[in-house]
Amino acid sequence: MKQFVQDLAKTNHFQATHLLHILRGVQSRYHYIPEQAIEQIADLLSISRTHIIGVVEFYSFFHLTPRGQYELYISDSITDHMLGKQSLTGYLSEKLHVGVGEVRQDGLVSLDNTSCTGMCDQGPAGLVNGYALTRLDRPRIDRITDLINQQTPLDQWPREFFKVDDNVIKPGLLLSQPIIQGSALQATFKRGLKETLTEIDISGLRGRGGAGYNTGWKCHLCYEGPEEDAFCDVATQNLPQRYVICNADEGEPGTFKDRVLLNSYAHQVFEGMTLCAAIIGAEQGFLYLRGEYLHLYEKLKSILEERRLAGLLGKNILNEGFNFDIEICLGAGAYICGEESALIESLEGKMGIPRNRPPYPVTHGYLGKPTVVNNVETFMAAANIAINGGDGFASIGTEKSKGTKILSICGDCSRPGIYEYPFGTSIQSVLNDCGASDVLGVQIGGPSGTFISNEEFDRQLAYEDLATGGSFIVFNNSRNILDIVNNFTHFFAHESCGFCTPCRVGTSLLKKQLDKIIEGHGSAGDVIALEEICQLVKNHSHCGLGQTAANPVLTTLARYPELYQSRLKKISYEPGFNLDGALETARRLAKRSDAGAHLAQVDYMDVEGRAAQGAVAEEEDS
Amino acid sequence: MANKIRVATTSLAGCFGCHMSFLDMDERILELAEVVEFDRSPLTDIEHCTRCDIGLIEGGVCNSENVHVLREFRKNCKILVAVGACAINGGLPAMRNFISLEECLSESYLDGIGIENGQIPNDPELPLLLDKVRPIHEVVKIDYFLPGCPPSADVFWKFLTDLIDGREPSLPYELVHYD
Amino acid sequence: MSKTITIDGSTIPFEDGQTIMEAATAASVYIPHLCHHPEYTPHGSCKLCTVKVNGRICSACTFPAIEGQDVLNNTKELTDDRQRITQMLFVEGNHLCPGCEKTGSCQLQAVAYHLNMLDNHFPLFYPKREVDASHPDVMIDHNRCIFCTLCVRASQEKDSKDVFAISGRGINKHLIVNAQSGLLKDTDLEATDHAAHICPTGAILIKRTGYQVPIGERIYDHEQIDQVSLAASGSRPIAALPPSLAVETEHHQHGE
Repeated sequence: MKQFVQDLAKTNHFQATHLLHILRGVQSRYHYIPEQAIEQIADLLSISRTHIIGVVEFYSFFHLTPRGQYELYISDSITDHMLGKQSLTGYLSEKLHVGVGEVRQDGLVSLDNTSCTGMCDQGPAGLVNGYALTRLDRPRIDRITDLINQQTPLDQWPREFFKVDDNVIKPGLLLSQPIIQGSALQATFKRGLKETLTEIDISGLRGRGGAGYNTGWKCHLCYEGPEEDAFCDVATQNLPQRYVICNADEGEPGTFKDRVLLNSYAHQVFEGMTLCAAIIGAEQGFLYLRGEYLHLYEKLKSILEERRLAGLLGKNILNEGFNFDIEICLGAGAYICGEESALIESLEGKMGIPRNRPPYPVTHGYLGKPTVVNNVETFMAAANIAINGGDGFASIGTEKSKGTKILSICGDCSRPGIYEYPFGTSIQSVLNDCGASDVLGVQIGGPSGTFISNEEFDRQLAYEDLATGGSFIVFNNSRNILDIVNNFTHFFAHESCGFCTPCRVGTSLLKKQLDKIIEGHGSAGDVIALEEICQLVKNHSHCGLGQTAANPVLTTLARYPELYQSRLKKISYEPGFNLDGALETARRLAKRSDAGAHLAQVDYMDVEGRAAQGAVAEEEDS
Repeated sequence: MANKIRVATTSLAGCFGCHMSFLDMDERILELAEVVEFDRSPLTDIEHCTRCDIGLIEGGVCNSENVHVLREFRKNCKILVAVGACAINGGLPAMRNFISLEECLSESYLDGIGIENGQIPNDPELPLLLDKVRPIHEVVKIDYFLPGCPPSADVFWKFLTDLIDGREPSLPYELVHYD
Repeated sequence: MSKTITIDGSTIPFEDGQTIMEAATAASVYIPHLCHHPEYTPHGSCKLCTVKVNGRICSACTFPAIEGQDVLNNTKELTDDRQRITQMLFVEGNHLCPGCEKTGSCQLQAVAYHLNMLDNHFPLFYPKREVDASHPDVMIDHNRCIFCTLCVRASQEKDSKDVFAISGRGINKHLIVNAQSGLLKDTDLEATDHAAHICPTGAILIKRTGYQVPIGERIYDHEQIDQVSLAASGSRPIAALPPSLAVETEHHQHGE
């Protein structure tokens, strides 16, 4: 192990910023991060062991205790559930003789749930030792069980188990005209850097991750710095280092467009990053790829190499005297790293905890230097604009939302996959295209977005109406809204980074309160109590995760209040825990089963209710 | 007499310290007795509640009997008040929540030092223990909370006189204590 | 000449580089806080110092004061929300004040008193957490940790050590110490370290000092935390501040 860790650290230049790389290597080789490795890494990287433990315990794919030689995860996205995930996981658990969340006695295999793996168009999905498994079904699970029990190496497993389809169904402006390698950069240098930035300004391009910040402004701010910034460190202000980061931590459940863009349009994405770097004067870029997309890693690395050979990356790009290179960094299972400042922290080899703002990443980003962070699709659009100019792009879409939006459509529709639409397209026309019928509602923008009912399908895809990073999940009338809300609410509680009180505690309280209502233990005040927690989490959380974590409840409560009310008992109060169940241990130990050894969940009515009925005190029942 | 405010009190998983503190209001209790009549309470030895205006509950919920008593109070009292740390958050009895009930009972009745022929009590007369000690607001709806271990006599006085005089009860800073 | 903001309608001067919290404190305006300490890098995690700046919710301890800001601090809405956030901290851990030697000099408790918190409002989590009493002079009771990171910052910024860290994610966050054994005794923490004295709750305690001042005579038994806090930052005098309880004072002395 010593040599292995030594080599790994050396490959990573003994840089603390590469901690995640190193830990991924150790986890992959030993299926956990052994104490011995922690000590050694701390020593080699000159960081504290607590730093390493903090990182290990933060990311879902790192473990301090051994996992199986085959680490299996099943995607817990609502779409996986709709495709029968629950029963498949049960089947898998039974076949492999390993409980969910456990490691089998012989240490060969471990099984667990994981947040959406971005295969919603070809689920139920999972991961084995980090590699995506798609279209899981019982025959496939039978086969996987055999392969594991026979200890067949992954590279000898049938390739179709790992097959990931693009499913591009409706290409538009960007997807229908892939650019010729290098053409966007050539156009950029030919037109001039400033002039190209002007074209981006003209295009009105806004961030495609969902938040919709103006891409041109971001470049300007990064290049020029803010007019006044109370926290600006003069020492770093004058230094020329700037960074470009491509956010491919596509973790919003139901989103998988970046997976496709990076699989089939990677040149264009890298070209967008490169021209952005040229504009702002960055020499280093990063592609932060979510750990779940490990299957794309080698391919993307070879594309980068290809671009270096073609003079499109590296030293003296296109003989313009411009140096720029891109490094790919893999995440390790943390939705929060999609938040740009958390992503930067993660890139620096730390826990993905969102930073306090101001200062913003454009002035104080990676290693405190000005940094532009953009979504995969944004860079892709920038490359298109560099070639075709901003006018054409701006002529498409709405007043405030220019160009097109690439959607990942999944759920109850006959043609799940990738669709590209001009902004301003109505939800109804999207539903018509993807083959959705008998629709109950659509979740736009993933769990952090909005649930819209079937009375709102004339609404539009646009920042000013329904903003989305790309997630578009269709639900038909056979679905239960509270099941959906429950899945999303548990997701947020699981993914909260825990930094701030309202999100750390609030998302857990929200989960408990929603469970209470869904399980039928809610009474008169419980929906109000639920709403109160929602407002606290939404208003007071530190970052976007917490600020949107209550959206599943809030957006459905606004539309279907009766759905929540109907779950409530017509009494003033009911305990939130199972009273009789709380006696189970004592009953068993005392070997009692008499009536006095049990408790009813509710057996009283409030004073007001009784008074109204003129009732008298009931007999004491003990 | 008929217009007197009826108050019931009880101690669940508590130490009666809150009741002792209540009595610390000394001669003011005579003043209180002018307008208040006690129903079920350790102070009166009345065993069951009739209809009351105010119920004061000391202690958390640790066993099935506590649940029954608490429900009887909720059923009969217009206003139910959690009195003291144990009623509010389980208090010191809740420190057993960090040890499994099975371990607790084994240590006490089976494996503890000096135990011979140990047996876990199983008389049906004995209430069974809940796996965790709970604050009372997790079992029934509670209208007011008087923190403190115990709340001082002044807290009881302030709270009751506020209610009696028709004011919304409130505790000034100096009366709010958790210890 | 000097720049100003308004807090609850009062005009408050500030200097460039100051946060809203710093400007407020300098002007003797108390904004409730737990993870903030004037001597350490702001953290912004407890969210008790939530204020409304020009209608937008911000953390006063990290948000810069900027000319013309209209800050709301002492409103019923904010006080209610701060009380709920405090209640979240109480239910998340195991805060059994009657059995805690920090009672009366605990800032979590004092903030709750200040906000007139009478109950926990939410269901309690009763998490199972450990006590580390391995160190000869200092103990950690994890039941009371609120993840404010003051000990982490104090150890790094003042003691030039790196004894503490917060590990884990979400509701599973926990305090860890820098030793292979995971025990405090195997770290280089000394009872004279700032980090050993900075805890706003009873999570990190100096052994054998807990009852030097009897319960009932402790700092928050007599003074509200707003007064104590402002006095500690030098902007307001305070009557009596027992030295062993001067949790917020600038001079941390051990073993008194």
